Amino acid sequence: MTAAAPEPKANMGQPAPRYDAVAKVTGRATYGSDMPLDNPAYAFLVTSAISKGRINSFGLDDAKRVRGVIDIVTHENAPKLKESKLFSNGGYAGTTIQPLKSADVAHDGQIIAVVVAESYEAAREAANRVKVSYTTVTPSASFDSPGTTKAAAKGQNSQFKEDPKVGDFAKAFDEAEVKLTASYETPTQHHNPMELFSTSCAWMGDDLVIYEPSQYVYGLKNGVAEQLGIDADKVRVVNPYVGGGFGSRGSMTPRTAIIAGIARRLNRPVKLVPTRDQGFTIATYRAETRHEIKLGARRDGKLVALRHEGVEVSSRPDPYCVGGTKTTTRLYACRNVDSLVSIVRADRNTPGFMRSPPEVPYLFALESAMDELAVKLSMDPVELRRVNDTTSEPIAGKPYTSRSLMPCFDEAAKAFGWAQRSVTPKSMSDGDWLIGYGCAATCYPTQMGPSAARIRLQRDGRTRVEIAGHEIGTGAYTIIAQTASERLGVPLEKVSVFIGDSDLPPAPVAGGSNSTASTCSAVMMVCDRVRQRLFKALMPNESLTDKAKETVGIGQTPTTQAAKSDRPLDLEKAFDALGAGVVEEYGEWKPEGAPLDSFKAMHSGHVRLVGGAAMKDKIAYAFGAEFVEVRVNRFTHEIRCPRLVGAFAAGRIMNPRTARSQLMGGLIWGMSSALLEATEIDERTARYVNDNFADYLVPVNADVPGVEVILLSEQDDHINPAGAKGLGELANVGTNAAVCNAIYHATGQRIRKLPVRLENIEV
Amino acid sequence: MRPFVYQRATDPDTAVQVLSAAATANHPLTRATAQPLAGGTTLIDLMKLDVMRPAAIVDINPLAQGWSAIEPGSERLRLGALAKMSDVAAHDEILRNYPVIANSLKLAASAQLRNMATLGGNVMQRTRCSYFRDVSYENCNKRNPGSGCAAMDGVNRMHAVLGTSDQCIATYPGDFAQALIALDATVEVTGRSGTRSMPFAELHKAPGNTPEIETTLQPGELISAFVVPGRWPRSVYLKARDRQSYEFALSSAAVALDVQDGTIRDARVALGGVATVPWRAREAEAQLKGQRFDDRLAQRAADAAFAEAKGRQHNSFKIALGKRVVVRALQQAVTMEI
Repeated sequence: MTAAAPEPKANMGQPAPRYDAVAKVTGRATYGSDMPLDNPAYAFLVTSAISKGRINSFGLDDAKRVRGVIDIVTHENAPKLKESKLFSNGGYAGTTIQPLKSADVAHDGQIIAVVVAESYEAAREAANRVKVSYTTVTPSASFDSPGTTKAAAKGQNSQFKEDPKVGDFAKAFDEAEVKLTASYETPTQHHNPMELFSTSCAWMGDDLVIYEPSQYVYGLKNGVAEQLGIDADKVRVVNPYVGGGFGSRGSMTPRTAIIAGIARRLNRPVKLVPTRDQGFTIATYRAETRHEIKLGARRDGKLVALRHEGVEVSSRPDPYCVGGTKTTTRLYACRNVDSLVSIVRADRNTPGFMRSPPEVPYLFALESAMDELAVKLSMDPVELRRVNDTTSEPIAGKPYTSRSLMPCFDEAAKAFGWAQRSVTPKSMSDGDWLIGYGCAATCYPTQMGPSAARIRLQRDGRTRVEIAGHEIGTGAYTIIAQTASERLGVPLEKVSVFIGDSDLPPAPVAGGSNSTASTCSAVMMVCDRVRQRLFKALMPNESLTDKAKETVGIGQTPTTQAAKSDRPLDLEKAFDALGAGVVEEYGEWKPEGAPLDSFKAMHSGHVRLVGGAAMKDKIAYAFGAEFVEVRVNRFTHEIRCPRLVGAFAAGRIMNPRTARSQLMGGLIWGMSSALLEATEIDERTARYVNDNFADYLVPVNADVPGVEVILLSEQDDHINPAGAKGLGELANVGTNAAVCNAIYHATGQRIRKLPVRLENIEV
Repeated sequence: MRPFVYQRATDPDTAVQVLSAAATANHPLTRATAQPLAGGTTLIDLMKLDVMRPAAIVDINPLAQGWSAIEPGSERLRLGALAKMSDVAAHDEILRNYPVIANSLKLAASAQLRNMATLGGNVMQRTRCSYFRDVSYENCNKRNPGSGCAAMDGVNRMHAVLGTSDQCIATYPGDFAQALIALDATVEVTGRSGTRSMPFAELHKAPGNTPEIETTLQPGELISAFVVPGRWPRSVYLKARDRQSYEFALSSAAVALDVQDGTIRDARVALGGVATVPWRAREAEAQLKGQRFDDRLAQRAADAAFAEAKGRQHNSFKIALGKRVVVRALQQAVTMEI
């Protein structure tokens, strides 16, 4: 075992190497734009240089003269598309701003023309030669711009159902022995997955194949079909590998139906590879947020009052919001809680999911405030969390299915050396560098969605698992293979996994960290059916069938020891008895509490996630604790983060290797979010200025010399058959606050606005 | 990117001929229809962005045999313009006698870029101003003379506070040039009438009313070498930036001192990340020369360096930061063990 492949503890699977490791490191893994097409035409986007206004006219003569140009598509000649509703409103789209529909421009970088040519180079050159005349209207860029509107999220966003509250906050806060009121801000951020927002569309008669990085092939298939006005069965989305998603590919963007429409008109495959900067405006992003936290506590640290008000930015037409108060109002024991989420509409593209969408901004505010409260109380911030730890959430009193928050704090504190810190701010240093330690809680809701799977087992043990899941770099292939291998008792190397294809049995969106729980629960259920077929063939008497049912564990039975106790099944004999060489089963699984239309919705590409705080009589979250060391240079005020230590508990860990990798990536992203990442908006023009990797900073190796991930054993039999809590979005939540808390310890200065830049430090 | 003709220069004369023929009088060289290609790390980037649109590229890498030597001597250091940044940064004698040069190169860009990029190309690197690099912004006096400056009241955190004009506040982005200007380097330029030398300090032009004109090079002229007089073992390059590597300076200082018996006999200070051109802080040097070093003297020198600085909405912090960087670089240089 190595650091990369940690020794499994109780309720953890083996750290099997990645199923797709060799394909990826040898370049054989084919991503969307790698897919071979027969005589493709190449598309290049022209995007708007204004954020609000109208296109008066295009000057296309110069562009059309470029050799190889086939067509230039604008709103004047674009294929007609049907409108798609926002995903939260029963549709598939991440934005209802549909480009090429009219001369109107609604945001910076909106698609206003598509150049199609015989080569990528010709398309790009011609796009550079397109001239556009605009009538510009002064746009509203963000919170402080004139012309925005603000209203409560509740009532306009159907997925934001309540502003959680309980007790009498005002009175309790008023009477509290210790009070804290503080405001926090988080910036605009963009996902910037390595794979660009490409799409390739190829028609075979009336059938359309789309090669595109997507986190939801069923959603994309159905959404594009709806926009094109064709039957969803005519559309297939293929993406065996996705070069990162982070939420940016969860809902449909306008580009796909546009390119599909152009390909249909040309009767030729069309391939689009947009640029990095276009990715900032043709897809979604994390919008900036503002928060006010009020905490009231007793002298002993017990919270008596908590209020969290959040304000978020969205586009003019779409009421997107993340509404993280559902988490922050339930994290700690407190009898008087109040909250409010509002949305400010500006002339921007519609924001969308980005890794831990609600938790990242909202926990930054709460976990910073908890640290501030600990300072006011002269308490160890770890002990403040302990005093307010709870086994049930305070709003409705529902029990957490499991909660290892304090064990995570204790393990991480020990590994970090928290006890060695000098408590007083600005009291630790090393040469030019002031040293600070900080910590914060992290958490993420445990979510599941209905999923199907098809599994074929051959006499020789070779197994084929088919499920339209997504490999976005998380390790989906690997853990699906491990699950089938364990459940069927066949060697891992005999299992083949097919995912990333909408012709396969449906799986949920790879979002909300639900994939492992959902797909593995479905795979387990279908494996059990395969076993049952064999048991029945081999031992066709009543009691043995019952035994098979009981021991292999079907339906909702949690994983526990069920599968393991069934080794005696002799495949050769069972297949002889069956009189066949292959057993194949298809099944559909849905989580407890899933809505009645779950299976129907699953096939039509609509998400039906359950879990987190929305469960009927319980609440399910994964927890962790994060500790960071920051160093602040007393001369340059540069801020560096040499150590990140996180301990996490997330139910069954399917594979400690891939889990560690996810959590490590999350910690690094969290540090990046605290210190580096921000999309700069030009206030005058509502345009993104640093829309490239040179100016939108993410960490390099030298920024993260020490990252330690500790996996805690945890068993939870109340969530899903796999017993797994999603952890992909767990680690980047607490880091923002942990970094700022450490900066406070290093400098005595409290920073409440991200990212923290050296000019914000006043040593 | 637009189509272009690719030519390999087999000898300096041909390169100069082709390049000078493509330049037009009274037109900035950066807009000439033929451009020299060395490491390509700036030019190709800007061509992809449609900022530079040469019709022809003259690949001068074949000239490397004559133009890439690293020649340390007792009186001077001569560096061929086509030497790779990584080779110079790792050279033993440069590390020993010119740490300011070695570090300015080592702290620039990434390992991959340093392996490709040449010294001559590096000093010619064009600004990273976002508005300059994005052709969808009409207002850029450097790219589109007379069109205005979008950065002046835009997002200008990375922009310059020294050497600016009301036409342009774009920062000169490089690091190595600060070492050269501090050490009174000369630059050897090969053109139609042979080779000439000039002080490196005369190579770059502050924006003034013509931000599109960035250097004093004449049509066809190529940088063939740099010459640094003397040895400067007591020298430092200090660079403050948002991340630990692969990032441009928010503020940097190239400092070289000659200290004898506690008295500063000669002092060189140049600033990066804060100015529109490689910036020699002679006012700071004047404060230091002939004095005994202490922290108050360092502060006086730093204050003098930034006396004329003008901040804008997002970059005013660079004035205070720049002073602290100068102070710290001076302190480090004074305490160096050589």
